[in-house]
Amino acid sequence: MSNSLIIGQYVPGQSIVHRLDPRTKIIMIFFFVFIVFFANSVPSYSILAFFAFGSIVLSRIPFRFILKGLTPIWFLIGFTFLLHIIITREGAVLVDLVVLKIYSGGLIQGFAISLRFFLLILVTSLLTLTTTPIEITDAIETLLNPLKKVKFPVHELALMMSISLRFIPTLMQEMDKISKAQASRGVDFRTGPIKERAKAIVPLLVPLFVSAFKRAEDLAMAMEARGYQGGEGRTKLRILRISGRDWVALFLFAVVLAGLFATRHYS
Amino acid sequence: MDISFKNVSYTYQPNSPFAHQALDDVSFSIPSGTYVAVIGHTGSGKSTLIQHLNGLLRPTTGTVTIGDFVMSRTDKPKDMKALRSRVGVVFQYPEHQLFEETIAKDIAFGPKNFGVSDDVIKQRIDDILPTVGIHHDMLERSPFELSGGQMRRVAIAGVLAIKPEVLVLDEPTAGLDPRGQRDVMDMFYSLHKKEKMTTVLVTHNMEDAVKYADHIIILNQGKKYLEGKPETIFSDEDTLQQVQLDVPEVIQFLWKYEQKFGHSIPYNRQSITDIAQAIKEHIKEVGNDE
Repeated sequence: MSNSLIIGQYVPGQSIVHRLDPRTKIIMIFFFVFIVFFANSVPSYSILAFFAFGSIVLSRIPFRFILKGLTPIWFLIGFTFLLHIIITREGAVLVDLVVLKIYSGGLIQGFAISLRFFLLILVTSLLTLTTTPIEITDAIETLLNPLKKVKFPVHELALMMSISLRFIPTLMQEMDKISKAQASRGVDFRTGPIKERAKAIVPLLVPLFVSAFKRAEDLAMAMEARGYQGGEGRTKLRILRISGRDWVALFLFAVVLAGLFATRHYS
Repeated sequence: MDISFKNVSYTYQPNSPFAHQALDDVSFSIPSGTYVAVIGHTGSGKSTLIQHLNGLLRPTTGTVTIGDFVMSRTDKPKDMKALRSRVGVVFQYPEHQLFEETIAKDIAFGPKNFGVSDDVIKQRIDDILPTVGIHHDMLERSPFELSGGQMRRVAIAGVLAIKPEVLVLDEPTAGLDPRGQRDVMDMFYSLHKKEKMTTVLVTHNMEDAVKYADHIIILNQGKKYLEGKPETIFSDEDTLQQVQLDVPEVIQFLWKYEQKFGHSIPYNRQSITDIAQAIKEHIKEVGNDE
């Protein structure tokens, strides 16, 4: 099983980033995702990079750990870079291979897009690294609250999200267990022709589905036995509170935003 | 096959905030044909230990030797399949591994993967069914129609059909009723006797350990805490209680009996009826003396 992918993994901690209200973090990241595409000059990229790396330093999560966790993403970033180099035809020709011309515009474009991509992934994975899935769903539920006015089932959506998030680790464990049991019975998941390996998934998926359905049934039963009914009138176990540090964070983020637009190069 | 662990340590997710050392410098050896019980609480490293026995995990440091197969951080056997065909593992709740359309196919799944011919598999199934108490008529039924206890037996049959030389059992009786527990344990014991199968039983049930095992290894927080024959292990109540383990009831009873009446009945796995008989004879003797 791959332990190297860290997207979606939570690293417990007490840093300032961990303790920010999840709504603050989601709002900041929501805007960050947009403004990344506004950066178009060296200073504006530097500001965004400074913001991303600053947040990582504040989260006290070892930088090496994050980089290692992004290993699978490097391929995607590299691919984007290459694509831009090959496709873009602007600026001066830098290298002229007979079949392929590399333009300066392509190099710049490729570099800029990969950097955007990298920053995006860095910041969004920082959200899940420092926020428990349950906090994230709580935050989304409150943020989407206004949609209730148009009869949008916000609570049900949040419940679905938190249940599925809650069961990801359980299913992963289950999968690990079953794959070990089947490996002990001679299934080879790693080597052999593709056709054989695809076949080897059946003894893994069938038990996994059986147990997932059983779990779903148990959960539904337990909820009904306790008279669960969603939405109206339910109080919360975890109440979200915006505190001083959230305002500070939002203020700093506004400064970053202003800085970005100030250094943006208009042409 | 002889099994030996030499200074084995294992760390999960090393070099990450989640690094967790599950085994810490564990050494022991299990001669071929013995019945060993590995005892310890949740989190003592039992499950990690058994995954080293068929190469599902390889030690972070140290060496594991199983017969001719040697495993360390850098070395792994060329033929992992050969190792797994000789070490059968019955995991906790093995019924979760059932997936085939029919019971017969599910039992045949393991041996088929290891390249056993269909005729031989058929023969093996015929041999195993009475042992695990599954009726021949059920072979063409779906394993998902069975009761929990029956599913467990079918799953166990699926491991036995591989005909391993070493059988590893991870809490094989968890979740069974008392009758089912006794049946399953007795079945494994008779297999051990009949086939001279090296058996490694992982459990936290002291009664089972003392009843069946020749040798006991106690793990505590990833370290080997105690190791020895059941008689010696259970003679030291204080040491056991330090790791919150209890002396089996039978042995406790015999001690108290000795303290109170000054007569010792050595424990060598006799049944409760036999112990009662021994007590009866002792009472008679005492009565005759007076």
